[in-house]
Amino acid sequence: MKFFDYARATELSEAIGEFAKPIAGGTNLLDLMKLEVETPSRLMDINHIGLNEISPHGDGLRIGALVRNADCAADLRVRRDYPLLARAILAGASPQLRNRATTGGNLCQRTRCTYFMRLGTRCNKREPGSGCDAIGGVNRDHAIFGATEHCIATYPGDMAVALAALDASVQIEGIDGSRQVSLRDFHRLPDGDPHLDNVLTGGEIITSVKLPAPVGGKQIYRKIRDRASYAFALVSVAAIVTLDQGRITRADLAFGGVAHKPWHDPAVGRALIGNEPSDQLFSEAADLLVNQAKGQGGNDFKIPLLRRSLIAVLREATGIGGNDVRNL
Amino acid sequence: MFGTYDIPDQRNLLDRTRQGLIGAPLERPESGLKVCGVAPYAAEHHPPNCAEGVLVTATIPQGRVIALHKDEVLAMPGVLGVFADKRMLRRPAQGTAGKAPVQDVRAVEYHGQPIALVVAETFEQATHAAKALRVEYEASATVPLDPEGLETEPGRKPVVLGDLDQAMAEAAHSVDLTFTTEGHASAAMEPHASVAEWQGDDLTLWGSFQMISHNVKELADSLRIAPRHVRIRSAYVGGGFGSKLGISHDAVAAAIAARELGRPVRVVLSRQQVFDTITRRSETGQRLRLALDAGGYLAGIGHEAWVSNLPDEPFAEPVTQATEFLYSGENRKLAVNLARISRVTSGSVRAPGEAVGMQVLEAAMDELAEKAGFDPIELRKRNLPSSQPGKDRPYSSRMLIEALDQGARAFGWQDRKPRPCMTREGEWWLGMGVASAARVNMLRPAAARVRLEPDGSLRVQSDQTDIGTGSYAILGQIAGEMLGVPIARVTVELGDSSLPSGAGSGGSFGASSTGSAVFRACEAIRDKLAHRLGVPIEALELRDGMAIASGREVAVIELLRGEAMEEIGRIKPGKTDKDYAQASYGAFFCEVAVNAFTAETRLRRMLGAFGFGRVLNARTARSQCLGGMVWGIGSALTEELGFDLRDGQMTNHDLAGYHVPCHADIPALEVILLEERDAPASPIQAKGVGELAICGAAAAVANAIYNACGVRMHDFPMTPARLLPKLPDPF
Repeated sequence: MKFFDYARATELSEAIGEFAKPIAGGTNLLDLMKLEVETPSRLMDINHIGLNEISPHGDGLRIGALVRNADCAADLRVRRDYPLLARAILAGASPQLRNRATTGGNLCQRTRCTYFMRLGTRCNKREPGSGCDAIGGVNRDHAIFGATEHCIATYPGDMAVALAALDASVQIEGIDGSRQVSLRDFHRLPDGDPHLDNVLTGGEIITSVKLPAPVGGKQIYRKIRDRASYAFALVSVAAIVTLDQGRITRADLAFGGVAHKPWHDPAVGRALIGNEPSDQLFSEAADLLVNQAKGQGGNDFKIPLLRRSLIAVLREATGIGGNDVRNL
Repeated sequence: MFGTYDIPDQRNLLDRTRQGLIGAPLERPESGLKVCGVAPYAAEHHPPNCAEGVLVTATIPQGRVIALHKDEVLAMPGVLGVFADKRMLRRPAQGTAGKAPVQDVRAVEYHGQPIALVVAETFEQATHAAKALRVEYEASATVPLDPEGLETEPGRKPVVLGDLDQAMAEAAHSVDLTFTTEGHASAAMEPHASVAEWQGDDLTLWGSFQMISHNVKELADSLRIAPRHVRIRSAYVGGGFGSKLGISHDAVAAAIAARELGRPVRVVLSRQQVFDTITRRSETGQRLRLALDAGGYLAGIGHEAWVSNLPDEPFAEPVTQATEFLYSGENRKLAVNLARISRVTSGSVRAPGEAVGMQVLEAAMDELAEKAGFDPIELRKRNLPSSQPGKDRPYSSRMLIEALDQGARAFGWQDRKPRPCMTREGEWWLGMGVASAARVNMLRPAAARVRLEPDGSLRVQSDQTDIGTGSYAILGQIAGEMLGVPIARVTVELGDSSLPSGAGSGGSFGASSTGSAVFRACEAIRDKLAHRLGVPIEALELRDGMAIASGREVAVIELLRGEAMEEIGRIKPGKTDKDYAQASYGAFFCEVAVNAFTAETRLRRMLGAFGFGRVLNARTARSQCLGGMVWGIGSALTEELGFDLRDGQMTNHDLAGYHVPCHADIPALEVILLEERDAPASPIQAKGVGELAICGAAAAVANAIYNACGVRMHDFPMTPARLLPKLPDPF
């Protein structure tokens, strides 16, 4: 670990600015510092600046950036009105990590690409311009949407996938004031500059996540994983589906483990709305989803896996297939 | 030779003693210290003025180090030295090597190999300096990194009996299958760690080891000093699984740096370094041929494998080990071939051989049973030979039929559907599978000192290690039982090379071997007590500090007359080792759910029934069986070392990337312990148990997956990525 200075902010204004890297739960940053993938010379501890409450906001909820993941998932309002979010959070990490990890930090967690995590390999995300060893390497965890010749990494989180389906927004504070961006636009595709994970500019920090008014419906977070314990998603599906008089009236979908950001393809939801649920409809929607997917060799299985996972989730959400689904 | 075990001890003495300790499910005496975090592991020894060392590892797969830019690093804060001594280890020592492994870190043989040690005042300084050290290499031009398709050399003496090809041609039913298994890591919770302190020419090294008497020789030979100058202390070991049988890079590097700097040095491997540098289980390719005659009897068995290792490394994952004795079949061809590649040393990882050998043999047996129309249990039971094929020697004992029958009853095997895809629960296919368990038994040379103190308390001493398995518990139980001392008055001291040499922990031989040494020391003390009491030894009963014989009852402390009684017991393998085929046996039953859409496999329940001779402690034995089954589940479903075949680097060298099963993956496991007495195995009629419960477990899972969804998986682990393309239509 490289030496660093440490300071503790007591109010938001001290935390903003480019002079230090903010640290909250540290569940990802500390690991990366030990590996020297991240080598900040200064850390600003923002755990003591407030921003740790969940409060009503219009018809929705505002979740402070420093609300711990465990607290957010356990909040009665979240569990009642946004069960998708609670389930996605609980699908991620471990209890110990969720006790420590924060809402803002979770959004800022970095890819777990093996080449990003290992010094001595080429990685455009870690060392811009050096190349990408994941391409042509071991890439079973990597992206099937939106990858470029510069980077095929995935955003690893679960919570943000649910937030993308929920159409949440991210409140950001910087030296020049505050701004709000849709969660769906917060993370980036790698394009030519994959070292940028999201739209935060130097010195900005997340202050809260805003949830819109509750939408009801059937809310499912399905995470497909190699083991039931603590593992990153091979693929995941966040779904909010509403049925009215036998027809689908709402289908908000987002997908994890498949791109550099939570993947949201509005065309898939549109293809479902207004139709009666059926395996044929779901297969067509799933085909539409994976139509543009591209494997890297090691992750080719993700394409049929995502397709089948979406079908399974839509069946569960609409109750077709007579499924007595037990989440094992 | 003194202590040699030549004649099976049929007296079953431990069935006649009366203290009531043997087999009792006693807690481990050190468990309280461990759960409270006050049992000091190797790295937790803090001699004054101890410096911290961190290894630097290679970023090329093969070549030479031509420059280490030490000066830049020596100028960094706190850095005390950079060491790249010719004596430092390139490879860890294999189990029972007893001499220096391959040394000299100026050459690189695999990606991630240690090439230098940086020592600093603090761990953080050393870590940062180690990462900052600039290294120049001369890389080899072509390096063999992919074992598949490489030319091989014989890795184990082949067994060829009769004519397997003809048996296959004439078989009424046969299977000819090729399986692959991926490499495995030991990944013990406690990483490899050493704290070295010199006093004059004498080295004390606190380390994490399994076989201390060998480790002393390996360390001394590596340092070019006499073994009498080396003392190893390893009282608590946080798991080994084979990876601590021999010494590793940390021990030699710490000793060299401590000598040079004139102060103690600690070297702890990072989790990533444990994966990159410590012995792995080789990946395997295995061809299984089974020929069944019209009567339902095996006429032939073929088990031919390739495995990999570094050049000249003798170890070849002995996957055919149980195939040699488990089932009948006159025509045999068993072979293990070795490909030489630039990949971290392969060596003993828990249940070397059977862990992945039984895994595929028992999957092949399931396919054969289906083809021939047998219940898989019936096929196994009718093909158990009365003597070992090709060696014509009897089995010392074999509880396989009992394990299969009792296990089947307890599990509810009769509810298994005869064909796949017959049980569906929502998205999930359900199925059941069975497999046999078998693991060779070994008795190893061991010695232990037992001392009956004048106050009647008891002290047991050996350099035997306890790697979390229960050595402290069972050695105390044996001694207390033999000498009639309540367990609270028994003290067991282990893991110090100044004590008599136990067998060490490995190959599941620690309990029966060192336990037999303790037993023999106690026998000698019993003889003395009988003599003092003036009764024949057969008449002597010892219980709760009293000697009872011929109607007399005398306190043992009176017989001691104020002096301790001390004996060293010894055991060595002898004729019983040659005269009998010795193994532990068992059976696995499991139920799995396979998601018809996503190909996720989740275990519903699993049961193992195991016979391994006398049960010394029902609690620790059960724990070993549980742990073994968890290993088997990992081998079946999740565990695989990944390598980038372009440069040989390991791509999942931590516990986030290398998936061992955790709590949510392990449902109710049930263990049935089958009591038996195996006199040829040891004087205490006990055999090994630690590794048994891995050997075949993964096959039970594979067979259950087939019974669930109709897919035969031949490539392990059976991840969603591998299973998905073969799944039937989910609707």
